[in-house]
Amino acid sequence: MMHALLAPFAYSFMQRALVAALIVGALCSMMGTYVVLRKLSFIGDGLAHASFAGIVIAYLQNIDYQLGAAVVAVLTALGIGFVHRKGRVSLDTSIGVLFTAAFALGIFLMSRQTRYTLDLQSFLFGDILSVTRGDLVFIVVVGGAVFIAAMLAYRDMLFASFDPVVAEAAGLPVKWLDYGLLVALALTIVVALQSVGIVLVAALLVTPAAAAYQLAKRFTPMLLLSAAFGVTSTVGGLYASYFLGSSSGATIVLVATLLFFIAVAFKRFRPA
Amino acid sequence: MSCAVELHKVRVCYDAFCALDGIDLCVGNGEALGIVGPNGSGKSTLLKTIAGLLRPQRGTICVFGTEPLRLPRGTIAYVPQVEAVDWGFPATVRDVVAMGRFSHLPWWGRFGPVDRALVEEAIEAVGMTPMAGRHIAELSGGQQQRAFIARALAQQPRLLLLDEPTTGVDAATEEALRIVVRAVVARGTPVLMTTHDLERVDDWFDRLMVLDRRTLALGTPGEVAASGAYSAIREHTHTHGHLRVDHDPHEGHEAHPEVRV
Repeated sequence: MMHALLAPFAYSFMQRALVAALIVGALCSMMGTYVVLRKLSFIGDGLAHASFAGIVIAYLQNIDYQLGAAVVAVLTALGIGFVHRKGRVSLDTSIGVLFTAAFALGIFLMSRQTRYTLDLQSFLFGDILSVTRGDLVFIVVVGGAVFIAAMLAYRDMLFASFDPVVAEAAGLPVKWLDYGLLVALALTIVVALQSVGIVLVAALLVTPAAAAYQLAKRFTPMLLLSAAFGVTSTVGGLYASYFLGSSSGATIVLVATLLFFIAVAFKRFRPA
Repeated sequence: MSCAVELHKVRVCYDAFCALDGIDLCVGNGEALGIVGPNGSGKSTLLKTIAGLLRPQRGTICVFGTEPLRLPRGTIAYVPQVEAVDWGFPATVRDVVAMGRFSHLPWWGRFGPVDRALVEEAIEAVGMTPMAGRHIAELSGGQQQRAFIARALAQQPRLLLLDEPTTGVDAATEEALRIVVRAVVARGTPVLMTTHDLERVDDWFDRLMVLDRRTLALGTPGEVAASGAYSAIREHTHTHGHLRVDHDPHEGHEAHPEVRV
């Protein structure tokens, strides 16, 4: 019985997928805490779609697609912050304008291509089972860098997320924290892209943290609970997809959604 | 007297509308300055400008001899009139007050026993100790206000800016706040505070500024009362203040009340 349950992980591609699932699940859901608390749910979708332009450009220039995705996602994130601050439009509007622009640029460049061999499917929906050793190194290095930066800026980011006006008056670098968060989110999305794809990556940034928001009364427990939900979703989804023969990205997102509704129900019906 | 806070011919505008113009001010260490004036007179704008949240279009501001934006972290504590925070944010009273210490901690620094002690002390000072473990959404308006004042106290700022902290709090809380503010002032920290309540200005403040986009009067409460500017404001506040239907968070954006009413 145990043997049968562990069977999937006898394959090296499953081992790599498991490591990717752990890191991506933890990173996305922890960064997702800020996304939910700052009401930025739209950003995941936005930066993921924007990174598509980077993938197309990388493909046309014959460079590493992850590098292309990362550069375009970070530039779009900075652009979103800049337009929001200088153009005096809401962050929401700024995201809406810039991500569609970047996505359109990707489609535009691709539509002018005659040699149409780019496998769009795998970028749109992701495939965690095809994670290579090189991909894993990218995930560990970039994910680790985002994690360390987030830990260092933890207190400042918490204050600036809760009460930016008072934090700024107290001398915290609120503007740079905002830009830093956008860049960290852009890199998080690129790290997660291969596992869940452009269409579904936003769910990993929002759903586990939204579930944790239902249950936690304090910030640190919310962060840890969100990470637990995130890892349960990615690892559980990966595992379930092996037996169900389903798309790993879609299964991961559905597991996260299930956890969210359990959290909502738990909060709703919990005895006072 | 050397000035802890010094303003020279300050003008602050929102697009075409100037909320403040020609403001000169010098507040010394250990001085409590009360700022009164009708709604839309620029009281909040003045505090925000000193806090470095708004930049003047004209004139200069010095806080402890430097521009507000160049001050070291933790120098200024500002308590806004209306906290526009998400009340569902996962934080207890103690968590909110702890944020007051964050500006003094470097990124790699540890939140230590001294920080913890200062947080408990600040909570105690505003009488919130029994509620310290409560989630912020479970507090009344007055309790929320006290929690944010405790956060400012825990910061141990060199300058304290309070925007109408007594609005909507009961008499007992108001008296507790007054004692807290006087204790801060007694330690040598200048306090600038806006208020609508003109009844007890002598007990609260060393000096009073009557503001209506310009400085109408500036002096001890007794001098200001004698000047006449004070009674004009009092009458204005009492006859028109209660006519306002809803609260406008952008006080500074408002048209001039005397034009509007």
